[in-house]
Amino acid sequence: MEEFAALVDALVYTRSRNEKLRLIAEYLRETPDPDRGWALAALTDCLSFAAVKGSTIRNLMMERVDPVLWVLSRDFVGDTAETASLLWPEPEGDVSAPPSVTEAVDSLGRMTRVSVMSELPRLLDRLDANGRFALIKLATGGMRIGVSARLAKTAFGQAFEVAVEDVEEYWHGLQPPYEALFAWAAEGAAPPDSGDVPLFRPFMLAHPLEDAVVDLADYVAEWKWDGIRVQIVHAGGETRLYSRTGDDISGSFPEMAGALTFPAVLDGELLVRGSHQGGETGGAASFNALQQRLGRKTVSARMLVDYPAFVRLYDVLIIEGEDLRERPWNERRARLEALIPRLPPERFDLSAVVEAEHFEHLAEIRASARDDAIEGLMLKRRDSPYVAGRKTGLWYKWKRDPLLVDCVLMYAQRGNGKRSSFYSDYTFGCWDGDPAAGAELLPVGKAYFGFTDEELKQIDRYVRNHTVNRFGPVRETDRSLVFEVAFDSVHASKRHKSGLAMRFPRISRIRWDKPAEEADHIEALRALIRD
Amino acid sequence: MARHSSAMPADFSWIRAEPHGIHIAPAGCWIDPSRPVPRALVTHGHGDHARGGHGETIATPATLAIMELRYATRDGATPVEYGETVRLGGEVDATFIPAGHVLGSAQILLEHAGERVIVTGDYKRRADPTCPPFEVTACDVLVTEATFGLPVFCHPPVEQEIGKLTKALRDHPDRCVLVGAYALGKAQRLIAELRAAGHHAPIYLHGAMERMCQLYEDFGVGLGELRLVADHSKDDLRGAIVVCPPGALNDRWSRRLPEPITAMASGWMRVRQRARQRNVELPLVVSDHADWGELTRTIEEVNPAETWITHGREEALLRWCQLHQRRARALALVGYEDEDD
Repeated sequence: MEEFAALVDALVYTRSRNEKLRLIAEYLRETPDPDRGWALAALTDCLSFAAVKGSTIRNLMMERVDPVLWVLSRDFVGDTAETASLLWPEPEGDVSAPPSVTEAVDSLGRMTRVSVMSELPRLLDRLDANGRFALIKLATGGMRIGVSARLAKTAFGQAFEVAVEDVEEYWHGLQPPYEALFAWAAEGAAPPDSGDVPLFRPFMLAHPLEDAVVDLADYVAEWKWDGIRVQIVHAGGETRLYSRTGDDISGSFPEMAGALTFPAVLDGELLVRGSHQGGETGGAASFNALQQRLGRKTVSARMLVDYPAFVRLYDVLIIEGEDLRERPWNERRARLEALIPRLPPERFDLSAVVEAEHFEHLAEIRASARDDAIEGLMLKRRDSPYVAGRKTGLWYKWKRDPLLVDCVLMYAQRGNGKRSSFYSDYTFGCWDGDPAAGAELLPVGKAYFGFTDEELKQIDRYVRNHTVNRFGPVRETDRSLVFEVAFDSVHASKRHKSGLAMRFPRISRIRWDKPAEEADHIEALRALIRD
Repeated sequence: MARHSSAMPADFSWIRAEPHGIHIAPAGCWIDPSRPVPRALVTHGHGDHARGGHGETIATPATLAIMELRYATRDGATPVEYGETVRLGGEVDATFIPAGHVLGSAQILLEHAGERVIVTGDYKRRADPTCPPFEVTACDVLVTEATFGLPVFCHPPVEQEIGKLTKALRDHPDRCVLVGAYALGKAQRLIAELRAAGHHAPIYLHGAMERMCQLYEDFGVGLGELRLVADHSKDDLRGAIVVCPPGALNDRWSRRLPEPITAMASGWMRVRQRARQRNVELPLVVSDHADWGELTRTIEEVNPAETWITHGREEALLRWCQLHQRRARALALVGYEDEDD
């Protein structure tokens, strides 16, 4: 447990992604089974113990410290696990050695709502403050130490020099402590048998097209729909929906569970019925509508009626035991088209191929896509196999040109890592009327990329010389610098005072020359909302 | 313990907490006033306690030297040695007693009409190679600080934290460890503790640290070989410890250093989010203030009839006094907050 606690502590203070990877990889290499597997499960929030709740910790503390002192401490520290770890009374007399992660997990797993009140203290007594923090976080779930599942998998791949795509594929079928996964990666054993379970397969991804031109004889074009990329899998009588990151989002979309009834792995875009994308015939609502459905644990009947979800299919990876991933796109496409009649039309349709005579013609079609609130085009090599990750030359995404708006820099915040001494995160605003008539700037977005290192230095200097207020790491500027901000789309949002939210805003140009009064009015942005 | 002279006003009314300091009316003196007064007693040299511009300043020689360095003024300086008693007038006597906080720091014992009041100023109970230790002294009223007055604050042994620092240095020989430390007290204590732990390599300083370190040396606190960052190249600093004021940690100044590991020596580092907010990668829990255990132990050992609590988290210490049947109240003084300890 001490090594795990030290890892958790180091991850809390480390902001660099590479350093996090290094720390996790080192831990995984140096820690024996099954400790490392349990630790991995804890880091990726794959552990839960029915007997231990947030309230359990509070109740334990109430038996040990004055309630007023507890509340004052908890308010100051801001985290129950940390407060408890610091306030836990050090036991008197000799205590046994700290438990291993495995012993802690076994013991937590055996606890009941009743026994937890006496057994959890015995574990806590054997640990120091850092150990107690790690144990409470592990027991109550939700480490929140900036380690995503993807990061953990990447670290695993790095630790044992195996491809992260393979890690993703094998990991999904396994339960903690993943001994078969470690045996495969660390000792070269045969890959874990995925068996008859609805596993996630890593997605094939695309590179941006940039300024390249492709021959439509070799490449086929499809719309890039503005939803979320999903994989729907049916195996062993069960259907699961996975997001781009491999997260199981089936729970948020129960209507999809019964929609696929034969063994298959399909790739597509999750959308909500509507008319914003592709007009009435396209049948998809804007991304904003889909957002109403994302991240929900329970879905009301009303939600299912108001925002009915469906998947627009792009590809087929596996069908009834036959792995098609090595086959060319042409062949997979034919298999996919043949599959459509077997699927319920209210839950699935086919992403149409965009017909164009030549590349210039395609460019014209793409230019007109603005009105349809489509993200752009995909270009796929007709003979491309389905390979995990991004392989050069196979698939390209060709996003429509960004929208542009001139905004005024309002606040700047210091960045992290190598940008830690620079003001690199910017909040900018547009005028809510005529500035000459006393209109104010309303914040409309935040961006922290799109500029070069040299420009960053210039903006940093500008911020320092034009500060009117400081709030911790944030500086308020005198609102004199104009940024040309590029963004993909803009949506209505109740969360922001301006009533709108940009997607993917980034700094496109720094308008050193432009007076702030000539920046855009918020009405110009509102006019671009297509919800 | 409280003995009231029949001739004088009872309930310690001769000493009052005003928003801008503690006022001793019969003597016409203030303790640690936050604005200029004709006559001030100063517990120690930190900016929230010691300010320039007073008519007369009564303090230990080291505190006066520190104030002179910081405010370039020595007008009306009246030095008082530890253990020495000065008559303030109005039948009030003041004695300066070591507080163990920083060089020159003192508790001030005030005696009037048979009543004894101690104003601790800032203090700690742990050993510090740069100043004499806190002395427990009996009194009727103890005016105590409460900067770390929450039970979550338990400063670990300083050797453990120094160990974390030297380990980071060994683990990353191509980088430097940049330690943010309060320029008066914390920086010198950290350096002295590093020397005591056997770290004899040159330690590099931010320019703002130089003169205070020299002052410590002048008062007989050996700090070993110190060099200025400004005089050296990036390569010289690889594998070295660099000490700077906390404000310089994320400043442009740090760009000249070889991939610094950002550390900070402060009692606040006990709380993870506090460290994260300051972008600290290597938190060192080293404080010149009493932690919760030291605060409560001090109240028990001094055993005053009444405890007055000031600057910090008064509420929790007040609650502790209540739970232990001790008379206590919180004073509302302005201007004291030690974010950098």
